[in-house]
Amino acid sequence: MATDVKPEAPLGFEEINKYDFRNAERYVFKSRKGLDAEIVHQISDMKNEPDWMRQFRLRALDIFLAKPLPTWGGEIKLDFQDIYYYIKPTDRQGHTWEEVPEEIKRTFDRLGIPEAEKRVLAGVKAQYESEVVYGSLRDELAAQGVLFTDTDTAVREYPDLVREYFATVIPPTDNKFAALNSAVWSGGSFIYVPKGVKIDFPLQAYFRINAQNMGQFERTLIIVDEGAQVHYVEGCTAPMYTTESLHSAVVEIIVKRHARCRYTTIQNWANNIYNLVTKRAVAYEGALMEWIDGNLGSRLTMKYPSVYMLEPGARGEILSIAFASAGQHQDAGAKVVHCAPDTASRIVSKSISKCGGRSSYRGLVKIERGARRCRSNVVCDALILDPQSRSDTYPYIEIEEQDVAVGHEASVSRIGEEQLFYLMSRGLTEAEASTMIVAGFIEPLVRELPMEYAVEMNKLIQLQMEGSVG
Amino acid sequence: MSDTLKIINLHVAVDDKPILRGVDLTIRRGEVHALMGPNGSGKSTLGFAIMGHPGYRVTEGRVELNGQDLLAMEPHERARAGLFMAFQRPVAIPGVKLADFLRHAASNIRRPDRKEGEELIPMREFRKELYAKMDQLRMDRDFARRYVNDGFSGGEMKRAEILQMAILRPKFAILDETDSGLDVDAVRLASQSIAEIGGAEMGILIITHHDKLLEHNQPHYTHVMLGGRIVETAGPGMARSGPELAAELHRHGYDRIRAAYPEAAADEQAMQRASGRAEAAAV
Ligand SMILES: Nc1ncnc2c1ncn2[C@@H]1O[C@H](COP(=O)(O)OP(=O)(O)OP(=O)(O)O)[C@@H](O)[C@H]1O
Ligand SMILES: [Mg+2]
Repeated sequence: MATDVKPEAPLGFEEINKYDFRNAERYVFKSRKGLDAEIVHQISDMKNEPDWMRQFRLRALDIFLAKPLPTWGGEIKLDFQDIYYYIKPTDRQGHTWEEVPEEIKRTFDRLGIPEAEKRVLAGVKAQYESEVVYGSLRDELAAQGVLFTDTDTAVREYPDLVREYFATVIPPTDNKFAALNSAVWSGGSFIYVPKGVKIDFPLQAYFRINAQNMGQFERTLIIVDEGAQVHYVEGCTAPMYTTESLHSAVVEIIVKRHARCRYTTIQNWANNIYNLVTKRAVAYEGALMEWIDGNLGSRLTMKYPSVYMLEPGARGEILSIAFASAGQHQDAGAKVVHCAPDTASRIVSKSISKCGGRSSYRGLVKIERGARRCRSNVVCDALILDPQSRSDTYPYIEIEEQDVAVGHEASVSRIGEEQLFYLMSRGLTEAEASTMIVAGFIEPLVRELPMEYAVEMNKLIQLQMEGSVG
Repeated sequence: MSDTLKIINLHVAVDDKPILRGVDLTIRRGEVHALMGPNGSGKSTLGFAIMGHPGYRVTEGRVELNGQDLLAMEPHERARAGLFMAFQRPVAIPGVKLADFLRHAASNIRRPDRKEGEELIPMREFRKELYAKMDQLRMDRDFARRYVNDGFSGGEMKRAEILQMAILRPKFAILDETDSGLDVDAVRLASQSIAEIGGAEMGILIITHHDKLLEHNQPHYTHVMLGGRIVETAGPGMARSGPELAAELHRHGYDRIRAAYPEAAADEQAMQRASGRAEAAAV
């Protein structure tokens, strides 16, 4: 195929340049299943990476192969040799719109997703042409010195910056899936916000659809320099349909002195997906890191965004919502580690289980020796919609210091007959009443979302609730 | 023919414990009925049963709205048919804003065949209407954004119930001790508002221990409940008028009633013992 592209054919060139395939050899790269050193080499070749990254990948592969699966969390039934670890963007258009399940299409319609975006979300089309909106904004950001690209590009264009921070927050040795991601990562976002620069609009909202960002093993690195501010919104609320069964991302964030970072994720995976994600931030003096994390769908999600407060006055907040329905297990939670005095953290977790779904909160609050006068507050509320469903809480607290204030509250509730009756006595059907009660239950977190995401989140809850009662 | 709510020989049990023992009551649109009676006599139970609370099981009897069998309907269908109850103890719905909730409610009740997910009354239009009603009831507009009954004071809850009635404009309303918890001024305001909203438009059943609500809503009929039965009724063409009986009970209490209806008084005692036992067992 590649040999058919004549060098002078402008269209052909554009097509190739778009995906950065620099020569014909790489262009004919054929994806195959399984994982070994050869695949890792191929990925590195394809990306035309510097050698340090190749070596990093290879080391990570060894670590992945040596590490056992976690013995806690959910049940992982995966054949690692039966997975594609790298698929060329062009190969990704493997299925047609007709092949996308009706259910997914219906959900798109209900969410009012534009036609062009639907096709990208469904994996039919590789990239959404958002350049128009995105171009002028990117210029504005660039003028302020903000770097914002996909991580592959960053490795090539900002090698020093990437190399300085890459894998410093989450080393491949952290866990089996962080190792896997380190070996085969592709895509994800790279953001650098220079000192004192405050970006006052949520970043991803304008770059909503980008096939690179939705890869299986994306790798995101965000550096917020001193006194800077950024709110990054990852993904979108539409159900993501892929034919692959494993999604394993790594997100690393460095929040320097007196900087602020908020990272918002709403993910709604198809029911066959294992969603095993490592997200961690380090916060320096007076810095604030906030994770807002919404998890819907998937077969199993294991995700515990964490904040390490390394210097005095650092703060971490983690707000999460999990919705587990039939055949789904949401093992989500949070982790805060207080390494310095006068640091503060807050964890709010809300989970909803229905139709036999299972949700677990798993959280760690750790206060290290010397981290005096720390405060940490954990609230986790579970709402169980029917007797078949399940919710568990696994709070771990490790405190090595005396002078600290740590609070933990947990509640499990069912939708009350009295609440249902009250709403029904005002003309709401039972289904409508349940949906309203569930929406109210997560409202304190939805309130934190950017407007359009809050609206979509509520629509999603409505969809999830359909047919669940009566 | 005017709209009629008819309760015929209604028997209601809670957890197999009989509470109502044959209640008959007919309310026509435009009428105000007062329902009085000692604590625990079954007044709220009557309201819940008419509204369709699943915990209140009808073991015998009928409830009809213009001949239509209400007991066969779900609570939301009864509401859409034009029934409303202002609760003695409204339930909090955390996270749900009063305005959103009421917009859903009003959309359903004004378009009874509305399905879930179908369009609501436009936000702007509804907000205007809501604010106008709130102003009338001298409710702070901030309440529209507060969560339903969540952290409301006793009086605020009762005002919110009246607000709901004003927005939903039912054919028949049961007001269960809507006056308790309100301060003197608020009772007067509530009383006026109910008269305004109701007027000739509504049939109203006012359950009360006081006479303030009745000031602006002179009852055409007053009923006395004892031991799960209506034992005495006053009204047009009877020995006494509705307001006269209400005034008597208010001044002298229920001793005369108990003496006059020993069978019901015995049932009252049996009911008290039963709930006392249940409470003791629960401790
Ligand atoms: N949900 C319930 N569970 C158990 N017992 C109940 C329930 N509802 C009512 N009862 C019992 O039924 C009887 C009547 O109660 P109801 O609330 O109808 O009285 P009431 O006339 O409204 O009294 P009050 O004037 O105190 O409001 C009482 O003995 C009460 O304990
Ligand atoms: Mg009562």
